[in-house]
Amino acid sequence: MKIAVASGKGGTGKSTFAANLALSLSKSNDVVLVDCDVEEPNLHLFFDAEHEESEVTVPVPVVDPGKCTFCGKCGDFCQYGAITVLKDDILILMDLCHSCGGCRIVCPYDAITEVPRVIGKVRDSQPDEHLRLVTGVLNEGETHAPVVIQMAKALAGSTPTPAGAVFEHQFRELVCSMADVTIYDSSPGIACPVIETVEGADYVVLVTESTPFGIHDLELAIGVVEKLGIPAGVVINRSDGLDEMTEELCRRHSLEIIMRIPFDRRIAGVQNRGGLFSQDMPEWQGRFTDLYHHIRETGGGGA
Amino acid sequence: MKICVTAKGDSLDSQAEMRFGRSPFFIVIDEESGASSAIKNEYADAAGGVGPRSAQVLISNGVQVLITGQLGGNAQRAIEAAGIEVYQYRSDGTVNDALKQYRDGSLTRIL
Repeated sequence: MKIAVASGKGGTGKSTFAANLALSLSKSNDVVLVDCDVEEPNLHLFFDAEHEESEVTVPVPVVDPGKCTFCGKCGDFCQYGAITVLKDDILILMDLCHSCGGCRIVCPYDAITEVPRVIGKVRDSQPDEHLRLVTGVLNEGETHAPVVIQMAKALAGSTPTPAGAVFEHQFRELVCSMADVTIYDSSPGIACPVIETVEGADYVVLVTESTPFGIHDLELAIGVVEKLGIPAGVVINRSDGLDEMTEELCRRHSLEIIMRIPFDRRIAGVQNRGGLFSQDMPEWQGRFTDLYHHIRETGGGGA
Repeated sequence: MKICVTAKGDSLDSQAEMRFGRSPFFIVIDEESGASSAIKNEYADAAGGVGPRSAQVLISNGVQVLITGQLGGNAQRAIEAAGIEVYQYRSDGTVNDALKQYRDGSLTRIL
């Protein structure tokens, strides 16, 4: 089963939830945790282990000056402004290129070929016998986060490798390459990287906090999962036990509140030193496991 | 020599536009013949890549001097590669006013 963890608002506790869920489920399942927050991945801080890595590349055009006639067809075709045709030269702005390959196809003189350009990497590690951590890392200054997310999900074995993409590094055989549970930890927001992350998931856990900001952004995130048609449930982090406004919002959208993590000094203490509260407070492992079974029974259809 | 002024409307009396890539019109003036023409910017409301695509319009029309308020980074790279000189006009006057100031030599060259 594939569970995505998203939130809308940053700092609500997505990674905390995802990491504790992964740890708890790994006691009785093979779990792959995928850090899809590729602009600032940090789950490796919870699960420190040696990793192997492979570069993520995108195909970008290069022009053969011997064949190019500066006819301008490639520049006309490019919707992203990546190709400017000068009098006797072609300017390619690589960071604007979306790697669609259209310029190569429309070129009447066969002057364009595509070469790989490195934009990030994917890392694979095995912090525990039944827990694998896959991390996507987008290089600084790069913008195409969804490509790195696709490759991270593919490396996790949960989605097919995107067309034309290859891992240049031969990853070692991993113990639990066939996972029972795959957990995608999303970036905040509701833009392309989040959609790329939750797409294909059987269930989305929306982690929120009972503040006006948490509620505002939760509603945006609910809009995304409703549009994508993925079953979802809400986890309230740092809950005061009342959460009236969040409850009201969930009622309006027929969303179940599947867990409340209390605003608790002990939990905060564990968090603050970078620990996992389900490790220090093992009763939570049972709660996360029960939650997983509840999700399987009520929401997520997938195996 | 062809000069382009970014403009909100389609004539020499239209107000000059501060933005380059999203300028509604490009007014192109041929200094030799004195003729002017307005090019409607198809990319004024496009999603992205408007800077280099607008630059391409200028390049394809043989523009050598651009008068505008400011350029984005990507537009700048394309305009620079094309060797087009850029002068900054940041008042709220007309295209004619911008041209006058350019001919008087009172505009700052920014590229």
